[in-house]
Amino acid sequence: MLWQQLLNGLTLGSTYALIALGYTMVYGIVQLINFAHGEIYMVGAFVGLVLVTVWDVNLGVAMVGAMAVCMLLGVLVERIAYRPLRGKSSRLSPLISALGASIFLSTLMALIAGVNTRRYPAIMDLSSFSWGPVQVSSMQVIILLVSALLMIGLQFMVRKTRIGKAMRACSQDLDAAALMGINVNRVISYTFAIGSALAAAGGVMVGVYYNAVWPYMGTMAGLKAFAAAVLGGIGSIPGAMLGGLTLGVLEIMGVAYISSSFKDAIAFGILILVLILRPQGILGEKISKKV
Amino acid sequence: MKLLEQWITGIIDPYYLRIIILMGINIIIALGLNITTGVTGQLSMGHAGFMSIGAYTSAILTLKLGWPFWLTLLAGAAVAALFGFVIGLPALRLEGDYLAIVTIGFAEIVRVFFLNFEPGGKAVGLSGIPQETSFSLVLIITILVVFFSQRLLSSRIGKAMYAIRENEIAAEACGINTTHLKVLSFVLGAFLGGLGGALYAHYMYYISPQDFDFMRSIEVLNMVVLGGLGSIPGAILGAAILTILPEMLRVVAEYRMLFYGALLVILMIFRPNGLLGDIRLYDLVKPKREKEVKPCRS
Amino acid sequence: MPVLELQGVSQEFGGLRALDGIDMKVEHNTIFGIIGPNGAGKTTLFNVITGIYTPTEGSLIFRDTPIASLSSHKVARLGIGRTFQNIRLFNRLSVLDNVKVAANWNRSAGLLASLLGMPAYVREQKQCSTKAEELITMMGLYEKRREYAQSLSYGEQRRLEIARALASNPCLLLLDEPAAGMNSSEKLELMDLIWKIRDDMQLTILLVEHDMHLVMNICEQIAVLDYGRKIAEGDPEQIKSDPRVIQSYLGVEQ
Ligand SMILES: Nc1ncnc2c1ncn2[C@@H]1O[C@H](COP(=O)(O)OP(=O)(O)O)[C@@H](O)[C@H]1O
Ligand SMILES: [Mg+2]
Repeated sequence: MLWQQLLNGLTLGSTYALIALGYTMVYGIVQLINFAHGEIYMVGAFVGLVLVTVWDVNLGVAMVGAMAVCMLLGVLVERIAYRPLRGKSSRLSPLISALGASIFLSTLMALIAGVNTRRYPAIMDLSSFSWGPVQVSSMQVIILLVSALLMIGLQFMVRKTRIGKAMRACSQDLDAAALMGINVNRVISYTFAIGSALAAAGGVMVGVYYNAVWPYMGTMAGLKAFAAAVLGGIGSIPGAMLGGLTLGVLEIMGVAYISSSFKDAIAFGILILVLILRPQGILGEKISKKV
Repeated sequence: MKLLEQWITGIIDPYYLRIIILMGINIIIALGLNITTGVTGQLSMGHAGFMSIGAYTSAILTLKLGWPFWLTLLAGAAVAALFGFVIGLPALRLEGDYLAIVTIGFAEIVRVFFLNFEPGGKAVGLSGIPQETSFSLVLIITILVVFFSQRLLSSRIGKAMYAIRENEIAAEACGINTTHLKVLSFVLGAFLGGLGGALYAHYMYYISPQDFDFMRSIEVLNMVVLGGLGSIPGAILGAAILTILPEMLRVVAEYRMLFYGALLVILMIFRPNGLLGDIRLYDLVKPKREKEVKPCRS
Repeated sequence: MPVLELQGVSQEFGGLRALDGIDMKVEHNTIFGIIGPNGAGKTTLFNVITGIYTPTEGSLIFRDTPIASLSSHKVARLGIGRTFQNIRLFNRLSVLDNVKVAANWNRSAGLLASLLGMPAYVREQKQCSTKAEELITMMGLYEKRREYAQSLSYGEQRRLEIARALASNPCLLLLDEPAAGMNSSEKLELMDLIWKIRDDMQLTILLVEHDMHLVMNICEQIAVLDYGRKIAEGDPEQIKSDPRVIQSYLGVEQ
């Protein structure tokens, strides 16, 4: 029972981690909570659904397609809703604008696709096997493997590639990076693109795993993923992974051993506790405000 | 008051009267959030949490304990204010963005709580709440709230709150206890939110947790942002527009949230200070009539 | 007895020692200059004195009170006013309100008194306004008192910051690069102003400034910082002839 819950928790947690990465990368560079990020995840799930039902592609292709579309969408949202505000107004304005973008996207999807929950067709044999006392479904294996691969890929990109190094420079000090000749706008676009792609991958996999896709699925998932990013230490990529997994496991355990009716409250309860006790999160560094 | 009530119900169509009453309630709630977010700059995205605490507290006191109406109003507002204090405390440590998330989390927890709260009827909610909220009552309370809001914002405490929004470090350097005032701004905002929620409960006969979801918080935030953060006429205008508009858009109700979302983005880009910016009631009531008198210098 | 005394004050930022064992005594009614190259730790010193940072080590005594661990507003209330290198005004408050906000902290009227407009509160507000108007008149900003602070010119904004810092009746005033961005005639006016403030209000002034002409002219005592250390202290003549100062700082300028 415990091991089963742990596996379920890790599966859920790795999807939180995929979404949380987008929050944390964006926050690390522009100090903005990208509220529309949850909606990008939702759009990813829908694009995957369309690809699978209309074009009859397999899961891998659906995922790549969803990632591509969401990359563009993420960049577009940044262009329209955030860039015009950057650097010139209060901290409040971009946050409110992000919120607006989020509401706009989910409502737009509700108008296009209807508010009802849609299901993925049986695209693959979702068999499961027993491993000791634990029932493992093939989708769980796929989610865990794909998430791990994507995160390893991301780590590689951030550490080794040019654009990754530019991102790290920008997250240290945006103005200094600009002075050193880094094209800050491009780096920010890349950041949004990569974060959105990860969220889209998560969206498709969650859609298949829970067999449910609906326009408002991104709101709660996004908020929880943000909670995961904060839990791990916002701005820290390993922190987002750790936070996502922790939150997923805690949530599933809470549902299993406490009550399922408080499911959504658990994530926020943890978040508030963390913020009060250790505002910088598990892996975050303590920051002193520059004056 | 009775006379006013009879007179008004006599001449105004019940449908319009309903809209006017809801507008008044929204103005009260928006003026509360205006203190927290508009004046003091503490982004609260969970105002519906305070509204639901006020609504449920007063409704339960009326239905289960038979308290007099006015007392349940005060109790609803007071309990909400207490929670405002509790939520304001993390503001001691948290910067803007984190605070926003905490307020969302708080409102979600409150919603989930009432979804599972036996005396509140769980997901079904509470029905059969007597309709005590009348036009004249809402009118009087609205006028009082506008008056005291105005007093507050032009007082030293209000000015210090603006100062916190404008530059927290400088405000501290001027001797302002910023943590103290940030918490106060939450308490006052929550008080008015709870009051509005209690009035709402006693107007609608029926409340349920869905009435106070995330979208409701956003709606109130929209009122304050649309009118102009920190401006009393702004909050009134914002609440009025966003009460009337959905009624007019009723035929296209599905587009309402689409419109809200786009509105927030467009406003932030083109008019980050809202329609009325920081225009104060004072500026409207007393146009510049003062003659410039140069002081004598030695 | 010195107004402000620092003993072994150090401030670290994750490995970087921005201040390194600073000892300093500032005597009453002096104009005390702090100079040093960019990044020497001058602003950090001000931030430590005004309670924005709690120093990693060392003690600060302000008129017999240890202030190292006090929060910023408490330090301000004890009588230390300051301006900021990168101007920090309340942009969307009027010029008068910027000053009134600072003149206001020590008033007794609470929330209820303000809401109900009690006579005591009204009287207090009158006093505050009078005081604020006096200060902005002194800074030559009276005509602009109703304008938003953000609409002022650069020099006016700097003067408004000084007025605001004076509003809470400080006995120690910290000025962080007050002449930055001013032309030479504005600088001359500023010098007169600083003297006037010191003499009229019997204040002690701590001044960070890069303009050597100004510093050497108005400061009675000067401390030189470099990489967080105090490398010299003395009157202007001593500083001008100190070989270490010439090497690490003045020399660069010539
Ligand atoms: N909050 C902070 N976090 C990290 N480093 C800081 C912070 N504040 C100042 N510093 C560093 O401390 C050093 C001294 O800065 P500062 O006091 O501003 O110099 P000055 O005012 O003499 O030009 C600089 O290297 C600066 O980068
Ligand atoms: Mg400096």
